[in-house]
Amino acid sequence: MMEILEGSHAVAEAVKRCRPEVIAAYPITPQTHIVEALASMVADCELDADYICVESEFSALSACLGASAAGSRVYSATTSQGLALMFEVCFNVAGMRQPVVMTIANRAMGAPLNIWNDQQDSISLRDAGWMQFYAEDNQEANDLHYIAYKVAEDHDVLLPAMVCFDGFILTHTYEPVDIPTLEEVDAFLPPYKPVNILDAKNPMSLGMYATPDYYMEFRYEVEEAMKRARKVFADVGAEFGETFGRDYSGLVEGYRLEDAEIALVAMGSICGTVKDAIDEMREEGKKVGLLKIRSFRPFPSEEIKAALAGVSKVAVLDKNISLGQKGAVALEVKDALYGTGTEVLDYIVALGGRDIRKRDIRAVADLAEKGIGDQFYGLRTEVL
Amino acid sequence: MDRESELFQCGHRACGGCGPALAAKLILKGTGPNTIVVASTGCMEVFSTPYPETAWGVPWIHSLFENAAAVASGIESSLKKQGRDEHVVCICGDGATFDIGVLCISGAFERGHDITYICYDNEAYMNTGIQRSGATPYDANTTTSPAGKCSTGNKRPKKDMPAILAAHGASYVATASMAYPNDLIRKVQRAVNTPGPNYIQVHAPCCTGWGFDGSQTMKIGRLAVETGLWVNFEMIDGEVEHVRKVANRKPVEEYLEVQKRFRHLFRPKKNEEEIAKIQAIADHNAGAFAVDRN
Ligand SMILES: Cc1ncc(C[n+]2csc(CCOP(=O)(O)OP(=O)(O)O)c2C)c(N)n1
Ligand code: SF4
Repeated sequence: MMEILEGSHAVAEAVKRCRPEVIAAYPITPQTHIVEALASMVADCELDADYICVESEFSALSACLGASAAGSRVYSATTSQGLALMFEVCFNVAGMRQPVVMTIANRAMGAPLNIWNDQQDSISLRDAGWMQFYAEDNQEANDLHYIAYKVAEDHDVLLPAMVCFDGFILTHTYEPVDIPTLEEVDAFLPPYKPVNILDAKNPMSLGMYATPDYYMEFRYEVEEAMKRARKVFADVGAEFGETFGRDYSGLVEGYRLEDAEIALVAMGSICGTVKDAIDEMREEGKKVGLLKIRSFRPFPSEEIKAALAGVSKVAVLDKNISLGQKGAVALEVKDALYGTGTEVLDYIVALGGRDIRKRDIRAVADLAEKGIGDQFYGLRTEVL
Repeated sequence: MDRESELFQCGHRACGGCGPALAAKLILKGTGPNTIVVASTGCMEVFSTPYPETAWGVPWIHSLFENAAAVASGIESSLKKQGRDEHVVCICGDGATFDIGVLCISGAFERGHDITYICYDNEAYMNTGIQRSGATPYDANTTTSPAGKCSTGNKRPKKDMPAILAAHGASYVATASMAYPNDLIRKVQRAVNTPGPNYIQVHAPCCTGWGFDGSQTMKIGRLAVETGLWVNFEMIDGEVEHVRKVANRKPVEEYLEVQKRFRHLFRPKKNEEEIAKIQAIADHNAGAFAVDRN
């Protein structure tokens, strides 16, 4: 049913329909509205879950790990400093192959303290063994939760997943969102069937210590699961499309790329603005298109290479920076295109909530056309 | 595996005479098989689960050094939703309990999860090479509280964790020692059958870290109680009960002189002043808990 909802509430509605048994989360702006909404749903018996009011994000994810290992579907949500506090647990959850799903309301990392949006938080955890899916709008943020659980819990995958959507820009924005019914979601997402759980009737040790004789094989297994997740995501995304009419079979999605000479590459809510800017440029005869990356982990290198085969210049809009190098997305796109001769230019944009408008996107496209890139875009030089 | 006889199997990699290894065996006799154990990083985790082998005949999980209480919270919450009835029991070192894990423990106890948290207290971080913890006794020599020309070892007395957890409202808090097996087993049984969060701190001498022969573990454990440096008691709803009485308390010297971690108090010459301070700690314990049997 189509409803006009704040992004956070749309996500809470999605989580409710996924029926987690245990929720453990700690409030942090701009994630708070999600967990407040879930707490109310539990208080009103609309959602039959145990909501653990933990004392920190570190315990939130640790409790999710325990509940998941005991056989429950679990949920958490956080952002920025909260995610950083979970750093150690994140690696652990993935290494222990627990299909935890966690929403990230993307926010900048301090210092300086900043509560507004960029994607530095989740990007900084790209190596933790979690899948990472980025939503362009609140409809996609909603839908990606059903998909994330189904992919994470697939026995070919068994990896945790972050559903990332931009703080404030999406979390606090009202948009029409088509929310499926509980019955429809039940049919799409069956109850979690764990493989190995803590069970006194069948005792097993989880999280043992592994010497150099065994450790590498554990890491390899996670990597293989990540590789399999590409196909599982595509299949689940296609099935979602057949059921609900919105297709998510692509780990990437092209917009007006067919005959494009310049391709912009981006993740998250900025893609909406980019599409509008592209429409304007197209009207003026500029051959510009967008490649939106939906899944950053697993990274869709092959799909990116195929999608960008015809373009001569690629301009990546990075809402993060690997300080001392470049933006993370640009680096990885460059790797995907290695050997093709396609020029990849990087633009660090919109950090800490700095506004980025259509005219900025057009300016970036102009810079790319001239071959000027690998820079911060939109700096206020007067305060430097 | 014969699950009925031993839930903590031999063949693990602990030092011969390891107090914590014996404590684990006794703890599981108290919990019984319908139990899920949550471990912290440390000696016990490493010596009992070198992949692909495990000493645990009950389901066991280890995540990190400092999050066992939070992992246990999640397990308990999940079991409740599933209508399952296993006991959830943390078995963690004193470093995990007194220092780095306090946040998670405090949260779990305040929330009132139905878990039993057992600290095996070997009075230092043994797994990383005998560094001090908040449980290290006054004057003990460790690698981060070394005795030296201007140091007599660890500068602070043991943190009072039982009181801290009793102050969280835990209805059952107890101390025990692996040198008094039946008492330990009974306390574990009582804790797992008492609803809500409960805490037991088990004195578990470490021959390697404390510097004594592995054949002397039980004797050292008993000496700690017989001198009054360790008191076995139960606290029910915050009130101390059932203190193990000691007739003719021994001087602390008898306990100190048989452990290398206190050797600097005796060589090159006896440090009467410091030994007197440790005797004062034992005397204070005896007074506070009415240990002496007249
Ligand atoms: C976050 C973190 N910091 C430090 C360590 C290193 N470390 C592993 S075990 C340990 C000490 C364990 O001490 P304790 O809990 O007393 O157990 P014991 O080894 O004495 O049995 C330390 C410091 C770690 N694993 N994780
Ligand atoms: S170092 Fe101490 S605690 Fe560790 S295995 Fe040896 S005796 Fe046991």
